[in-house]
Amino acid sequence: MSEQAPDTAGRGLAEEARGRVRFEEEALSYADQIYQVARHLAGSKEEAEELMQETYARAFRSWRSYTPGTNMRAWLLRILTNINIDQGRRKQRRPPERSLEEGDYSLYDRLEQAAGDGSTGDEERLLQRLSQSDVVDALAALPHDFRDVLVLVDLGEFSYQETAQILSVPIGTVMSRLHRARRLLRQSLASSLGGEK
Amino acid sequence: MSKIPCSKCESLLQLYLDGELSEGEVRVAEAHLDECGYCRRHYRFERAFRAYLREALRAEPMSPELKVKLVALRSDAQPGERL
Repeated sequence: MSEQAPDTAGRGLAEEARGRVRFEEEALSYADQIYQVARHLAGSKEEAEELMQETYARAFRSWRSYTPGTNMRAWLLRILTNINIDQGRRKQRRPPERSLEEGDYSLYDRLEQAAGDGSTGDEERLLQRLSQSDVVDALAALPHDFRDVLVLVDLGEFSYQETAQILSVPIGTVMSRLHRARRLLRQSLASSLGGEK
Repeated sequence: MSKIPCSKCESLLQLYLDGELSEGEVRVAEAHLDECGYCRRHYRFERAFRAYLREALRAEPMSPELKVKLVALRSDAQPGERL
C-alpha cells in the first residue's frame, strides 16, 4: 500500500475541491442558456423547471466525467435530453401524413402571395404576418425527435456534429430530421396563413 | 426575374445558412446566389426567418426561484444560500 505525505494528499484534495467549485460555477453560468432550450424540449414551463433541477443535480454528481475545456453547454444538454427521453415524459407523436413534397421555399411564396406585390424584398415585413403563438404552436406540434433537433440547431445554435453527440444519434439522422422538421414547421406556418388572401 | 425554382440552390440553402458546407460547396452556393435573384431573395428570407424564429421562441427567463434551487444543488451550498 502506497503512502502519501499528508500535505501532498491535502493539496490534492484542496485542488479537487477547487476544480469542483470551478465546474459548478461554470455549469451555473450556462443555466439561462440551457433553460431557453429546455423550455422548448419540455412540454411545459413546470416540466422544464423539473428537468433543469434533475439535470443540474446529475451534472453536479457526475462532474468528474466532464472533460475541462470541452463544450460544457453541449455536455449539460446531453444530460438534459437523456433525462427527458428516459423519463418518457414526451408524448409520442407520429409525423403528419401530409406530403413533404412542397419545397423549402413554400412559406416564403405563401407569405408573398398573402402580402400581395407590395412587400416583395421586405422579408421582415412579410414575417410580421406570422404570429408568435402560431410559431410556438407549430414547434410544439412537431414530433419530438424532429423538435429536439430543430431546437438544438436553430435555438441552441449547435452544429450538426454537436447535435448528433448530444442526442447520441448519427449525423445523418440529425440532417434528415432537421430537414423534415424545417419543412413541417414551414408547412404548418404556411397553413396558418390559409385564411388570408 | 425568373420564377423557376432552383432545386440545387434550395437543397444547399439550409446547409449554407447552418455553416455546414465545405469550402467548395460554399463557392458553388455563393456563385449561384450571385447570379440568381430568385434564390437570393429566398436566402434573405430564410436568414430573416431564422432570426424571427429565435425571437418568437425566446422563452421567459428562468425564474429567480429556479436559479436559487439550482445553486442549492452545489456540493458546498449552505442552506438558505442566495445567488
